[in-house]
Amino acid sequence: MRPLPVGRHGLLIESGSGEEAEALHAELLRRRTAGDLPDVREIVPAARTVLLQGLDDPSRLAQEMTQWQVPPLTDTRGETVDIPVRYDGPDLAEVADLWGVTADEVAGIHSATAFRVGFCGFAPGFAYLTGLAERFHLPRRSTPRTKVPAGSVALAGPYTGVYPRSSPGGWQLIGTTGAALWDPARDRAALLVPGVRVRFVPEEGT
Amino acid sequence: MTDRGIEVVRAGALTTVQDLGRPGHAHLGVTCSGALDRTSHRLANRLAGNPAEAATLETTLNGCAVRVTADVTVAVTGAPCPVTVEGRPAPWGAPVRVPAGSVVAAGAATHGVRSYLAFSGGIGIEPVLGSRSTDLLSGLGPEPLADGAALPLGAPSGPPSHSHLVAYPGPPRSLVLPMLLGPRDDWFTPAALRTLASSSYRVSTASNRIGLRVEGPGLERRGAGELPSEGMAMGAVQVPPDGLPVVFLADHPTTGGYPVIGIVPEEALCAAAQAAPGTALRFTPVRPRRPLVPHQR
Repeated sequence: MRPLPVGRHGLLIESGSGEEAEALHAELLRRRTAGDLPDVREIVPAARTVLLQGLDDPSRLAQEMTQWQVPPLTDTRGETVDIPVRYDGPDLAEVADLWGVTADEVAGIHSATAFRVGFCGFAPGFAYLTGLAERFHLPRRSTPRTKVPAGSVALAGPYTGVYPRSSPGGWQLIGTTGAALWDPARDRAALLVPGVRVRFVPEEGT
Repeated sequence: MTDRGIEVVRAGALTTVQDLGRPGHAHLGVTCSGALDRTSHRLANRLAGNPAEAATLETTLNGCAVRVTADVTVAVTGAPCPVTVEGRPAPWGAPVRVPAGSVVAAGAATHGVRSYLAFSGGIGIEPVLGSRSTDLLSGLGPEPLADGAALPLGAPSGPPSHSHLVAYPGPPRSLVLPMLLGPRDDWFTPAALRTLASSSYRVSTASNRIGLRVEGPGLERRGAGELPSEGMAMGAVQVPPDGLPVVFLADHPTTGGYPVIGIVPEEALCAAAQAAPGTALRFTPVRPRRPLVPHQR
């Protein structure tokens, strides 16, 4: 864990890996719920870091954190969200090629993977899901699409994501879901929030 | 009682509804948003008798005009501009009583970029995630104003205030942005850090609510590596591959993959929001006073 300065009221904690950053994020949330964290406006996890904003005394927290014992993530705790998916994306064949498997096997591998929301970004409710084995990591498309439909289930790098609404995008599209990823009128606007576990459940007939 | 509201007569180049934004949602990919020049937004509200969090209109360069459907108090602050009620001159930076059916107009900014129009009761649209602000990056909140659009006003909560001294800002010849280096200043060469501290930049026409873009010498990186996406703070000075710093304003993305060389404190961003394209700009980067964790780095 390496704390880096972010202005007078922020801290960027850099971890050695995505897993470590997720574990630190979970610990920060646990401490905040327990009233064991100074007031903070934002806790923003990302690929290998957690950003804290709106702190009164970042250096004091940075020093305290050197004493923390951060427990590793467990696979069994926390909420799980099931996302129904039809594996019918336009890049399914290309992904199958890159993985060296059939299109059906792509669906099998993807739906058998236990995902976790590492972080959100890009658009409201867009979650970067970790959990795919390294041999299934993929490059982005060389030419991004100008329009990716809402509900597209997609892959890029180590991540899986679902487009909450139609937008440009460079990820490989393998499927479609009808789940509402983002609805600001809902109590919980984002279906997928950092730390939540996610399973993709193939819909009947796909 | 008539319904309190406004009808847009002239929307202007870009006029949006803004308040103090929606902090606390960055982990969902939702940026803070809100008025770019918070100080002027607060002042307009105070003059109109509103709490600081009431929603105002933020204009861009050429103001806007609206017809009020009830008697309201209006205050215009931010970029100085001619203010009129039914074509007759009215004061800038002071509460103005506008009778029902009259058109109140903020003209083109004589200098600066963004004027703020506060109406007694505030813009009364339904908030999204606790804020009425238009977030142009993610499309949350109301659309930018269009000619003919109608917006409701809330109920007035307090008397207008005449007692505050309003400083009329002089035309800014140049903008100086203080900056605390980090978190990724070590991604840049020592020459780049000298360039940043010693060069004169200009505010670019590509600037918007997402970021203040600049023209000037590029900043060279030490290596060619890629930075995994990380959280971006308000005021972060991100340096994309072209080497030209971008100062992140209220509608900035919550995560990004280009290194942040330093952070401009939030209180300096009000001035950044009023710097018109072409304004000369200098950065004054300083190192944080002491290392965050002694003996570790």
